[in-house]
Amino acid sequence: MSQKIRISPVTRINGFWNIEVQVDGGVITDAWSSGIFFRGFEEILKGRDPRDAAYLTERICGICSTAHAIASSMAIEDALKVKIPKNAVLLRNLSFGADLLQNHIRHFYLLSILDFVRGPDMPPFIPRYESDYRLSRPETDRFIDSYRQHFEVARLTHEMVTVFGGKAPHQHGITAGGFTSLPTADKIQKFMGMLDLVGEFINDKLIPDVELLARRYEDYYRIGRGYGNLLAYGNFALAGRPGEFVMPFGVYSGGKFEKFDFAKIREHVHRSWFMQDQPRYPGEGSTEPAPDKEDAYSWVKAPRYDGKPFETGPISHLWMSGDYRRGISTMDRIMARVLEAKIVADLMRQWLKELQIGQPVFQPFEMPDREVEGLGFSGAMRGALAHWVRFKGKRILHYQIVTPSAWYCSPRDMHGIRGPIEEALVGTPIADRANPIEIGRVARAFDPCLACAVHLIDLKGKNRAAGRV
Amino acid sequence: MLTRRQFIRLAMTTTAALQLSDMLIPHLAEAFTGKKKPPVIWLEMMTCTGDYLSTANTLHPNMRQLLFDTIDLYYSNTTMAAEGEMAIRALLETAEREKGEFILIAEGTVPLKNNGQYGAIGYHPDGRLFTDIEAIRFLAPKAKYIMAVGTCASFGGPYAARPNPSGSVAVHKVVDQQVVNVPGCPVHPDWAIGTLTHLLLYGVPNLDAFNRPTVFFGKRIHDWCPRRQHFDNGIFAEQPGEEKCTYKIGCKGPVTFVDCPTRQWIGDHNSWPVEANSPCIGCVNPDFPDGMSPFYAHLPDMNVSGVRASTDKLGLGVAAFTAGSIATHLLANVATGRLGKHWIDGTRPRTEGIIRDIRKHAGDDKKQ
Repeated sequence: MSQKIRISPVTRINGFWNIEVQVDGGVITDAWSSGIFFRGFEEILKGRDPRDAAYLTERICGICSTAHAIASSMAIEDALKVKIPKNAVLLRNLSFGADLLQNHIRHFYLLSILDFVRGPDMPPFIPRYESDYRLSRPETDRFIDSYRQHFEVARLTHEMVTVFGGKAPHQHGITAGGFTSLPTADKIQKFMGMLDLVGEFINDKLIPDVELLARRYEDYYRIGRGYGNLLAYGNFALAGRPGEFVMPFGVYSGGKFEKFDFAKIREHVHRSWFMQDQPRYPGEGSTEPAPDKEDAYSWVKAPRYDGKPFETGPISHLWMSGDYRRGISTMDRIMARVLEAKIVADLMRQWLKELQIGQPVFQPFEMPDREVEGLGFSGAMRGALAHWVRFKGKRILHYQIVTPSAWYCSPRDMHGIRGPIEEALVGTPIADRANPIEIGRVARAFDPCLACAVHLIDLKGKNRAAGRV
Repeated sequence: MLTRRQFIRLAMTTTAALQLSDMLIPHLAEAFTGKKKPPVIWLEMMTCTGDYLSTANTLHPNMRQLLFDTIDLYYSNTTMAAEGEMAIRALLETAEREKGEFILIAEGTVPLKNNGQYGAIGYHPDGRLFTDIEAIRFLAPKAKYIMAVGTCASFGGPYAARPNPSGSVAVHKVVDQQVVNVPGCPVHPDWAIGTLTHLLLYGVPNLDAFNRPTVFFGKRIHDWCPRRQHFDNGIFAEQPGEEKCTYKIGCKGPVTFVDCPTRQWIGDHNSWPVEANSPCIGCVNPDFPDGMSPFYAHLPDMNVSGVRASTDKLGLGVAAFTAGSIATHLLANVATGRLGKHWIDGTRPRTEGIIRDIRKHAGDDKKQ
């Protein structure tokens, strides 16, 4: 018998998300992913000072704000051909790295493990699904103990962001032109001390915990594969080597690696609540909200690369760098994220040592009164994030953002091709329709952030409207 | 050295003393001993979840103590195990069962465009979209107290910035009940947990004209800034990244009332935006971000549409609090929108050699 299950809200993610699945014979046969809130960030940016974009776009997302600050600052610097000092590259890597550790630790404990581990019998851990918790009592206690500890460790990671960034979330250090805080011995030692504590937690708790989880839920290496299409943007710039990244750009599809090209990105809006339009390159997007559009079911657009849906995130980063190529599945996504946390924590120690005390952190720049365009990007915590900006003098003319979550939370495109999470859900067994715990396991392993996925929009439409007046 | 018997007696005396304080302050006992944990509903609406995550950064009590020992968090999109219909039912049932008892922590704006279709917390069990506006209007009349955390819920914030594509408004605009505003983009954990504690132990705290607790929002940044002497001496940063007064690169400290300079961010009091050599962007202000931007433009230069009136209002508020002559110059300019020539002269950096650097200690010369 065929039955539809709707989960709305899918809690324990950032933002508001709705998933519907079709279940036939105990297996998901179709799925729909929809974002159910919309803010219009890109429209808000229009007309503002381009230098404000870094701080404003951080406000898209509380859990990955530094990634937006990096992409936005980079877009302005790209447009104005500003070369930032070596110290600025390192301080950006350190602040963003700390925020990435925050994200990965919180994603595993705060957002994910309640899909696998029976929580304590008190709110907010009840009510819960009563189904398929496989850990023994002592193992469960161990996980809940780590859960209780992770709050302290996650705070330390955000404290590391504040050491150089002034506050967190929504730090002030990363801004167009470089960085604002100076690397001084007191800040470096404080950062290093906190990093050591976080590193201990990753080694002593996070890694053993995820290994145990993978042993108990070994079948999730075979669930949620999806398209097997991976996309990664360059992540963590190498200081003094412009255009090179610790984690490289890459495209992996049909079992083959390809060279990445931004020009192959198109955003589809056919099943999204936006005015109907042809797929467009984000730098030239043109859409307006249409909340009553028939056949549409999401505030998320459908980005496609070379016409195909791609997932992105830690597994893509490590696939391209060669650090993780075991396979593509729900458990692989979780494992790769933890491994990335470990790798980044180790890299951060190196970057701290490379900081040059007394050397500049900021490159002053002029803002000439001519139209310029720029593109900035980051591997972010969740994968491929890019900002496209066009501005004249101190006025933004056009701003477009394509987030990692838009890549994998996307709805169907103009050809009816499912988004990556929709595809990954197909084939997932549902043991008990009243307790469909499997859906969240597959979906949350992508680390969806609907706060990032839902936003608009092009500004040309508005320009046109103004012209008519 | 204590004998075992002495030790036990001492331990028991201590317990007795604690129980005495329990009797004296029964609310404290209720709130913090776990006899009856206060029910809390954390409602995220149109938000980046930054206020939740920032609150989770609380140091004392930490989030573990708060979640496991202090409150019963019945609903929180980011924390709760339940999802879908089970989560929505938990919200509806808690609101009825704990009516008049629960504290409503509201995060994010309330979008009103298209009957609120731009923002929803999920779907009703009967299949209708459960919009933010419906959720906040359903919960507000049943709550004991309503706390708006973050600038979005308090005043509208970035999502309500022009042209406000979702028609977003602050929580107090759509409910009849009193709302305690705890702004900040994001809110500082101490402001959020401090206000929650005040509500639990003593009820509604003293509020300013914008319904912000004066205990956190009663100090003007400019008055407590560690770089105030640089302002007074005219030592100004020309670019971000210079360790000087950030007024000329846009600091909104002169019109911003909050305790960042003394409290600092977060946990171990590491830093705050001015210490990071960047301008305060006035994120706790009612007209953030429109009235506070461009972020890198200094106050009298701001010319964003609509900013003048609101800055005037803030400026007049500021006037009541200060008497310093330099601050008065600044205020006059903020209030009138003009920048006097004498003021421009005052902001011009002097030769650093003639400034006594207050950070140096006596005897430094000899060491060099």
